[in-house]
Amino acid sequence: MRGFAGDAIRRLRANPAAVLALGVICTVVVATLLGPWLNPNNTETLDWLHVAARPGLQNAHWFGTDRLGRDLYARTLAGTRVSIAIGLVASILSILVGVSYGAISGYLGGRTDQAMMRIIEILSGLPLIFFVIFLTVIFGRSESLLFISIGAVGWLTMARIVRGQTLSIRQQDYIAAAVASGASSSRIIARHVVPNVIGPVIVYATLTVPQIILFESFLSFLGLGIQEPGASLGTLIAEGVGEMEAAPWMLLVPGSFLAVLLLCLNIFGDGLRDALDVREG
Amino acid sequence: MPATLCIDELSVSFAHRTGTVEAVDGVSLRIGPAECVGVVGESGSGKTQLFLAVMGLAGNARVRGSVRFEGKELLGATAPAINRVRGSKLTMIFQDPMTSLTPHLRIGTQLAEVLVCHSGLSWAEARDVAGRMLERVRIPEPQRRLGQYPHELSGGMRQRVMLAMSLLCGPALVIADEPTTALDVTIQAQIIELLRAMRGEAGTALALISHDLAVVAGLADRILVMYAGRIVENAVAAELFRQPRHPYTAELLKCVPSLSGPRLARLPTLAGQPPQPGDALQACPFAPRCPRAADRCRTERPLLTGASTSQVACHFPLS
Amino acid sequence: MTRYFFTRLAGAIPTLLIIVTLSFFLMRAAPGGPFDQEQTLPPEIVANLESAYGLDQPVWVQYGRYLKALLHGDFGPSFKYKDFTVTELIGQGFPITLQLGLMAMALALFAGVPLGTFAALHHNSAADYATMSLAVVGIAIPAFVVLPFLGLLFGVYLHWLPVAGWEPGSLRQLALPVLALALPPLAYIARLTRGSMLEVLRSHYIRTAFAKGLPLRTVIVRHALRPALTPVASYLVPAVAAILTGSLVVESIAGLPGIGRYLVQGAVNRDYTLVLGMVIIYSTLLIGMGLIVDLLYAWLDPRVRLAE
Repeated sequence: MRGFAGDAIRRLRANPAAVLALGVICTVVVATLLGPWLNPNNTETLDWLHVAARPGLQNAHWFGTDRLGRDLYARTLAGTRVSIAIGLVASILSILVGVSYGAISGYLGGRTDQAMMRIIEILSGLPLIFFVIFLTVIFGRSESLLFISIGAVGWLTMARIVRGQTLSIRQQDYIAAAVASGASSSRIIARHVVPNVIGPVIVYATLTVPQIILFESFLSFLGLGIQEPGASLGTLIAEGVGEMEAAPWMLLVPGSFLAVLLLCLNIFGDGLRDALDVREG
Repeated sequence: MPATLCIDELSVSFAHRTGTVEAVDGVSLRIGPAECVGVVGESGSGKTQLFLAVMGLAGNARVRGSVRFEGKELLGATAPAINRVRGSKLTMIFQDPMTSLTPHLRIGTQLAEVLVCHSGLSWAEARDVAGRMLERVRIPEPQRRLGQYPHELSGGMRQRVMLAMSLLCGPALVIADEPTTALDVTIQAQIIELLRAMRGEAGTALALISHDLAVVAGLADRILVMYAGRIVENAVAAELFRQPRHPYTAELLKCVPSLSGPRLARLPTLAGQPPQPGDALQACPFAPRCPRAADRCRTERPLLTGASTSQVACHFPLS
Repeated sequence: MTRYFFTRLAGAIPTLLIIVTLSFFLMRAAPGGPFDQEQTLPPEIVANLESAYGLDQPVWVQYGRYLKALLHGDFGPSFKYKDFTVTELIGQGFPITLQLGLMAMALALFAGVPLGTFAALHHNSAADYATMSLAVVGIAIPAFVVLPFLGLLFGVYLHWLPVAGWEPGSLRQLALPVLALALPPLAYIARLTRGSMLEVLRSHYIRTAFAKGLPLRTVIVRHALRPALTPVASYLVPAVAAILTGSLVVESIAGLPGIGRYLVQGAVNRDYTLVLGMVIIYSTLLIGMGLIVDLLYAWLDPRVRLAE
């Protein structure tokens, strides 16, 4: 495995776009964490003296303010923090669910596998937004709803990939040896299957994060996600659209942050996929 | 009589991770009108790459030298100029009939488009001509076949379709790259019969590429033997079989079991492997496997010398 | 070929029925009713309202009535927009959404495929890298960011195109929304086509086509295109789903009176019939697209036809 990882890292380093993208992502993450130190403005203070102020480095509000006088710099960084946090947490959730589902399905094989894959097929056909709409109709708007539905992004692909890998690993001789020596299914899955699917899982996890961030922003944009006064890049962009002509920075700042974040995550994910030479099984 | 095909110092090289690979290394040859030339060699000898380069199908390879077809230079010619000649006067049949026809187009379309493109016929006229050509290559029920898709035909029939496709515009030279390799032995014989008949009728020149001397024996007037991207022997067919001059040719002939000779306990084989792409070749490429090899063979490259129908590239040719 | 189509069609109808049934019962199972959000009403009035809308009947009866009405094209009344039936609401908005969606899909296909082919033909050149870089941008950045940005650039700063608003028949109004909506699927289709075309161009039958002296354009269009499009055909249903999803925001930003807003508004207002109607419409569109794609597979590869 060491040689494999070394090869992959070398290939990744040779990809300037991916390296640059990674650098930008790290910069953004650092900025969201350190930002509040650099400019002490609060996300919630309403500065009535500077309503809808233009951005500028001389005044107190570097990125300007919104309609209510709230500092855009602080809000955008907070929104980015929220998006990244949700992206990571939901990603981990969807990895856990997807890997388990796929590993079990692939390992058990036969009828169970067929049935489990059928379920995935059906679920793949549904655009996730409809599922969210459904839940909203039934349960009303809530943030826990948001988390559940966002966690549902991406586990399908993960499950499919892990199942494919598991199926091919299952044929291998060392699995037969483990079974013959009396190891239980769960032990075999944990010790033999999982380490071998790490490569594709990492790649698709990296590609799931932007999907999740996108979906969360999308829901928030529509008003189905993060509610006031919490800020998410989606809600900030929605506000910005309303003020597009009068105060374009309200749109441009959060919009650019989201665009750059998504773009870099995608480029890095693609680069990682090329470096690890993974294909959807 | 000017040669139909005249190749001078043709080289085809590929860029490879470890260096440049010379698939074809300074080959010169001539094919005259209505002549049938057999080109024989193992895989990796460059025989296919040679003719792919002639057809302008060498892909990413770097091609140097001169290829003159009916007097006109093909290398470096413009795309329209090459396309005028390709498929009409200079045609090629490939070795894998199962994958060489477009799966989603009917046979009739794939045949007729050659005529529509080169001879300016209408689609209806072209289909007529195509139907008649299918008869000539002895495909039963030609009209029905015209409307079928390639996967509805057997391998042997697809190869006949390829042959028909190559003859539609009355070519001056047909290059047949291992036309029978992928087929059953009985079908092989039929295809070879067809090739023989076609030569007789239209006076078309034929370049027959094969690794199998037996296939070439019945048809060829002259035989070229290739090894490691070079021509090592060029002789009239009867002469080659009677008295091969290059040690490699002699070994090849020994490998062909004979019906008349003594019963052998074991089939003779050639020891060793042909050079792999990327192996450095300074001197005679056959030296490592040659029973007659001497020091000179390992240091000095033997050039192809001799009269136009009897050439050999060897320091110590057999006689 | 027709038998193939009807088999597929016969399979689609039960799927639709299952979707309608599941949706219906799921929504009825929700806690609370459509009138909870109004100011607290006296119980008798609530009872009257429920009776008027048939909500006091047992669920099965409600379901049966719904199906029967459905067959007549009647989606029932909207609970929120009191003066309209769902059928009327959908009837007003659907043509606009349909036009938006069709134009976006057409743009994605007719620009994406040639772009991908171009990139494949100029493999590893600067043009190839440029095209694929643009493709990543298109795939990564969602419509609700692209559209306002485009609107800012072309509408507010350059004054070339209108930013929002709707006039029937006006194409200029649709230019930016269609572009923003089409961009992600366009980029994805370009990438798919490039990869697929590169593989097809390596095939033996393409070599034969070139050997026949056919010009490049003929080889690509007649011999290479159809096999190369198979992955694109597989992507069509997700593409339609993406366009439907994207239309929700695009219509909202551009102020287009399509049916997208009803889905979100209906969810927030707990307008059952409206949401149910929307789900049926969208599902029908997706299933219909699936049928079309199945037919497309048969056309792209004759071997599929004979296998049936």
